[in-house]
Amino acid sequence: MAENEVQLRAEALYKVFGRSAESTIRKLEAGVDRDDLGEGTTAAVIDASFEVRKGEIFVVMGLSGSGKSTLIRMLNGLLEPTHGSVEIGGEPLTGVPTGKLRELRRRKVSMVFQHFGLLPHRSVIDNVAYGLEIQGLSRRARLERAREVIQLVGLAGWENNLPSELSGGMRQRVGLARALASDTDVLLMDEAFSALDPLIRREMQEQLLDLQSRLGKTIIFITHDLNEAMFLGERIAVMRNGRIVQIGTPEEILTDPANDYVAQFVQDVDRARVLTAGAVMEPALAVVQESAGPRAALRVMRDEQTSAAFVVSRDRRLLGAITDRKALELVRGGRSSMTAELAEAAHVETGTTIAELVAPAIESPLPLAVTDANGHLVGVVPRVTLLAALGGDEASEAVAAKLIAPLPAATVETALSAAHTAEGGL
Amino acid sequence: MPDAFKLPFGDWVEAGVDWIVANAAAPFAAVRSALVFLYELLNTALTVPPWWLIILIVALLALLARGPLFGVGAGIGLLLIVGLDQWVNAMDTLALVLVAAIIAVALAVPIGILAATSRSVSLVTKPVMDFLQTMPAFVYLIPALLLFRIGVAPGIVATIIFSLPPGVRLTELGIRGVDKEVVEAGSAFGASRFRILRQIQLPLAMPSIMAGINQVIMLSLSMVVIAGLVGAGGLGEQVIAALQRLDTALGFEAGLSVVILAILLDRFTGSFGLRTGLYTWGREKLARRRASRPTTTQTVEAA
Repeated sequence: MAENEVQLRAEALYKVFGRSAESTIRKLEAGVDRDDLGEGTTAAVIDASFEVRKGEIFVVMGLSGSGKSTLIRMLNGLLEPTHGSVEIGGEPLTGVPTGKLRELRRRKVSMVFQHFGLLPHRSVIDNVAYGLEIQGLSRRARLERAREVIQLVGLAGWENNLPSELSGGMRQRVGLARALASDTDVLLMDEAFSALDPLIRREMQEQLLDLQSRLGKTIIFITHDLNEAMFLGERIAVMRNGRIVQIGTPEEILTDPANDYVAQFVQDVDRARVLTAGAVMEPALAVVQESAGPRAALRVMRDEQTSAAFVVSRDRRLLGAITDRKALELVRGGRSSMTAELAEAAHVETGTTIAELVAPAIESPLPLAVTDANGHLVGVVPRVTLLAALGGDEASEAVAAKLIAPLPAATVETALSAAHTAEGGL
Repeated sequence: MPDAFKLPFGDWVEAGVDWIVANAAAPFAAVRSALVFLYELLNTALTVPPWWLIILIVALLALLARGPLFGVGAGIGLLLIVGLDQWVNAMDTLALVLVAAIIAVALAVPIGILAATSRSVSLVTKPVMDFLQTMPAFVYLIPALLLFRIGVAPGIVATIIFSLPPGVRLTELGIRGVDKEVVEAGSAFGASRFRILRQIQLPLAMPSIMAGINQVIMLSLSMVVIAGLVGAGGLGEQVIAALQRLDTALGFEAGLSVVILAILLDRFTGSFGLRTGLYTWGREKLARRRASRPTTTQTVEAA
């Protein structure tokens, strides 16, 4: 399967700065904390292993000092790992001679830098063509290719300006274009958008997703910004103190944090933009097959104590909804088909973020139906579930689920009058 | 102080120099002839043409380097030297300065590059440069005189040694100061170390290297005057003669000529890093024309 092909594999990577690197690794393997290594020895990355699939955006997230910048620099050999191996497209990148390493950097992996790393004395087009120049392309060929890429990132018309004449966002587009021009399979992005102001950052993130969907690059993106990680990442590796503490999809990290650190980290994230309907939905209980008829529908609603039911085809494709009143009417009228009487059911796809669920949830009298790409009903999102997901607290969900129905009026009445009698008796 | 404690440092240096004079004179004689040849060549080029032609050429160069104001200023300054009757002496001194400075720069920049790329070279050059720079300038003249005999050669050698340090220092500083991320970007795209040096480090360190070259030339000029003591000729000889005879008039005439030369050399070398003058103007125009060329081919392709 081409989709699951591994593009980059990192295995047991360590980077230790300072004396006696080998013995330090043995200590770390034995479980010594990195703060207890002693003066002059820093373990920047400890036992990092992961695989990045072809065409995936893999985000490495951690605060400063977590070792993420060191990690990314081992992926293209700017730093040599103290221990462990890196493979790109099946070719080893560690333990190879310098010449071979340079060749790999030219053809296989390019990089975008936090502060752009542009050559200030060269025009935009010469910056973009820089990688191609090193690859040895003729001036004509590389300028032609550079012009295409500049067009792609939306900088056409700026070819002959110097980087100093550009805004921050535009400069990083030049950095991105330079990396794209080399046409490498893997793109490393080191805090690429962190130096930009928030509005531009969002714009760049969207552009990156757009470019990635068109070009299918494998991207490894380093960031300290959790929202950025959640927005861009198909999978996220969370780093802390040199170790990768969790690797998972944004939803897995939000809903099932590996430890307290990750949990604390994700509590401030804008959940509404990360969680999807698929992650928060509940099983749809009030479901009836269209062929079963209004009688069956009414029975299901009575059993599930709902006022409406979703109607699906034999293969669970969502057709619509029917209310108990309508079903009752049909049953009284002796009709056996409800096809003509179906109301439209508000539905969303599994990938929809819960921020986009709010409006349809308000407008819909029924819980929102969640369908997969083929229109099959896979679950529902009642309003209560939506609120609980936005709140982000597991406990609130539990409370919400056990919402108590009001006591029957007669019971309350009896209790009150009994109490009144007792009081009067005193 | 007890005699036993006295370090015979001076004796050691003297013994070393004497040994070289006695046993290894040939290479020094060769260096001497080479230096004298270079000096004669440059000196001939400066003194054989009539003074007005040289002034015209310098004024034109000044115009190209910094613009009309400097062009006119350079012309007036040199005319003043002619008026002071120091023209030939000034040209002798200029030839000395240029030979010494060119050799000093040719040595200083590579040493600075090495020091910037290698920690151990840097550790060695730093104290050596401190030594060279703080040792009183006259002291160099003594072994230079012994090794190269009287004339221009000892003056040039002493000048090179004295003016080397700022060139080395500012080159190293400039290259070390280049934005690490840009250098890293070069490596990340697979550039070799030499390519990074040539295309990234040197161009970006250029302002600092140019400041170093400027310092080398200015120090050369001040040393060349001192070199008049060992028979290097030129304005230095005049200054020293004036000092010995207490000739105030000659002293100030020669001294003013040195000042004019110094200002000219400083402004010329200072303009290397600037974007001023006709030269840069012409270059920018050329660059603009070159930049617009691909656009025209593009429209042709589109058509």
